[in-house]
Amino acid sequence: MKNISVLMTGIGGQGIILASDILADTALRMGWDVKKTDSIGMAQRGGSVISHVRMGEAVNSPLIPVGKADVLFGMEKLEAARSCPFLVSGGKALISNYGSPPLSVTSGGGKYPADEVILDIIRKRAGEIFFIDGITKVADLGNIRTLNVFLLGALSVLLPLSLEAWKESLEARLPQRILDINLAAFSLGQKEIKNAGVD
Amino acid sequence: MHNIEQLEAGKTFLLSGNEAIALGAYHAGLKVAAAYPGTPSTEILENLAQFDSVYAEWSTNEKVAVEVAMGASYAGVRCLASMKHVGLNVAADPLLSASITGINGGLVIVSADDPGMHSSQNEQDNRHYARLAKIPVLEPYDSQSAYDFMFLAFDISEQFDTPVLFRTTTRISHSKSVVRVREALSVKGKALFTANCEKFVMLPAYARKRHVAVEERMKELKRYAETSPVNGILEGQGLAGIITCGISFQYVKEVFPNAPILRLGMTYPLPERMIRGFASRIEKLIVVEELDPFVEEIVKSMGVEVSGKSFIPITGELSPEIVASSAIKAGLLKETAIMDDFCKVDLPQRPPSLCPGCPHRGLFYALGKNPRRIRKKASGASSQVQSGLVVTGDIGCYTLGALPPLGGLDTCACMGASIGHALGIEKAGVTDKVVAVIGDSTFMHSGLTSLADAVYNRSSITVVILDNMTTAMTGHQGHPGTGINAKGEKMQAVSLENAVRGIGVEDVLVIDAFDIKALRDAIATATDSDKLSVVIVRGECAPLRRRSGASRIIDNTRCTQCNTCFKLACPAIQYQGGSVYIDPDLCAGDNCGLCEQVCPVGAIGVIGKAVAE
Repeated sequence: MKNISVLMTGIGGQGIILASDILADTALRMGWDVKKTDSIGMAQRGGSVISHVRMGEAVNSPLIPVGKADVLFGMEKLEAARSCPFLVSGGKALISNYGSPPLSVTSGGGKYPADEVILDIIRKRAGEIFFIDGITKVADLGNIRTLNVFLLGALSVLLPLSLEAWKESLEARLPQRILDINLAAFSLGQKEIKNAGVD
Repeated sequence: MHNIEQLEAGKTFLLSGNEAIALGAYHAGLKVAAAYPGTPSTEILENLAQFDSVYAEWSTNEKVAVEVAMGASYAGVRCLASMKHVGLNVAADPLLSASITGINGGLVIVSADDPGMHSSQNEQDNRHYARLAKIPVLEPYDSQSAYDFMFLAFDISEQFDTPVLFRTTTRISHSKSVVRVREALSVKGKALFTANCEKFVMLPAYARKRHVAVEERMKELKRYAETSPVNGILEGQGLAGIITCGISFQYVKEVFPNAPILRLGMTYPLPERMIRGFASRIEKLIVVEELDPFVEEIVKSMGVEVSGKSFIPITGELSPEIVASSAIKAGLLKETAIMDDFCKVDLPQRPPSLCPGCPHRGLFYALGKNPRRIRKKASGASSQVQSGLVVTGDIGCYTLGALPPLGGLDTCACMGASIGHALGIEKAGVTDKVVAVIGDSTFMHSGLTSLADAVYNRSSITVVILDNMTTAMTGHQGHPGTGINAKGEKMQAVSLENAVRGIGVEDVLVIDAFDIKALRDAIATATDSDKLSVVIVRGECAPLRRRSGASRIIDNTRCTQCNTCFKLACPAIQYQGGSVYIDPDLCAGDNCGLCEQVCPVGAIGVIGKAVAE
């Protein structure tokens, strides 16, 4: 089997590291080799966060080479556009339409790109784009902090990992008191992408 | 993070390099561990602190950490000190001294280097310390090797009577990969210190004998390198043969999947016979290593023809695409489609910033409002006539205070340097007043001794200690001022004000980090005075506090868009739809209130107070 690489991006506090840990753990439960690495920088909060997850028979570099990610998993749309060069030509982009303007924008200097600008950038690489309004869906569940697991549910439809392995990993990695709402978010994410039209 | 004490032998787990190092050391019978937090090394001690049978401490600095480990080694137990690369500069004195005394219980010094400077002021290559100190260095290339090499590191240390340098990099320390866990070794023997002056008292007469032993040790280590299980050849085809080590091995496998490779787990001393044998079988020998040509230069000194840094960058972190594009440049690889022409679009950057509710923000704002500082900023280099205000800085989250719009720092070099810098600028004879800004953990690390220097040499600088009651930037570790140890237990706290007064500073002021007027007055008074003064600015680190009170809001009927509040550089204060807006999810509420204090027209407040509903 060919190795699978998933590049996950977002901003500090969104739970990207936890999401990539769950994905890597799921691959391990499949009996695969897996490596993951995070780029966090020196920001405590609000900075860009990137996780590289690679899985398959044997993985070498934990860093995904530019142009070799099979899936781009974006929890914040500006950061997704920034990381787009990692995506393989014709790859899949799974992106939350959530936007968080950085300080360079909110202090009045820069301009946060419009959705069409972001999608144009991503279209240069992606074969399929799933641009999802995840925040609204998880807000209906009652906890917007489950956006990461909602998107993992959507991701699970795109990857050949068993639902059993996903469930085991979610149960192992999430605290008991928030497990049920996260399992609900995961199911919602699965449904979302099964029904979603490809952009 | 796993509860790594519960990981069973024989099973596989996904561990970070730092988790693997901690677990390997524990399973190899570690008894004592000491460290000062520093990215990317911090999680090693955090994980070791989970084990009941391991004494794990946050030391005041890396020098102390290595000395604690040396003492434990002399007492016969296996011990470890871990730190980031620049931490080893602080600990270089005991490192070189441990080399000459040798050890009793196994002594491993972990240095986590930071190629690419993800969170550091330089990207020095600490393998040079192994050569300087005449000790072996091990370099793992994934989490499994980090785990396995730790057992070996203690064995080598004890077999050859030497400290072992265990060098990782950010990409090894912070990547997770699969580790098969072994049975833990049963710990042999009890702690026992037996006096041996000729070994442990380095008077010149004894040290001269020890130096001879160290040179003998190097010869034996060179012989060991030839047969060590950590060095080995991976057969392959192709004209070029590649010597590599650490994370670079993974990139080489990615780019040259079939090339013959000599993988070095021990990069000092090198296995000369093995390298000559490998070189004789191939047409072109290259070395792929991150940062300095450490291996390459030693191989060259053997008289073996080799290249590497003529096409592999010496600066920054490597990656598969950098290794590939370098190999294409050197004619080792055909140009392929991997480096296509993805046009770089101009997207707004997301630089790091101080958190909403950060207790450092007010001080930098107040410094910016000081008339001397305003004068200095306005006059640039031509300020010889009027006295301005120079601010020397230090290492911590507050280094971000140098960035605009706060612009509150003029220097930042290394841990504790702010006070020495301030003293030097003053003694050089500038007309400006000088303020040093240093964090509480950094002050404990290496500010105490320089403050004593300032007292002793009759300085009139002002030292501001930003006391957020934690080591924030590395993820909130304890330090002597907090009185909370590495295991989370309550210990005796070292009082900053008592320490400062004890050194002999008479003007000591403690003020609330969120009181702008008090901050401005304190800076004015301290800089107008000719006496040495210390201002302790106290306020708890924002992410450690529970949000209290309502978010501040802006009364747009009063707001004149003067932009004063933007000078605070608070991520919660934003422009939205043509007016100023405070993001209620980000605002720290009653924990902060700085924007309310700085607004000149009283447009910021909470609903029902100050601001109309």
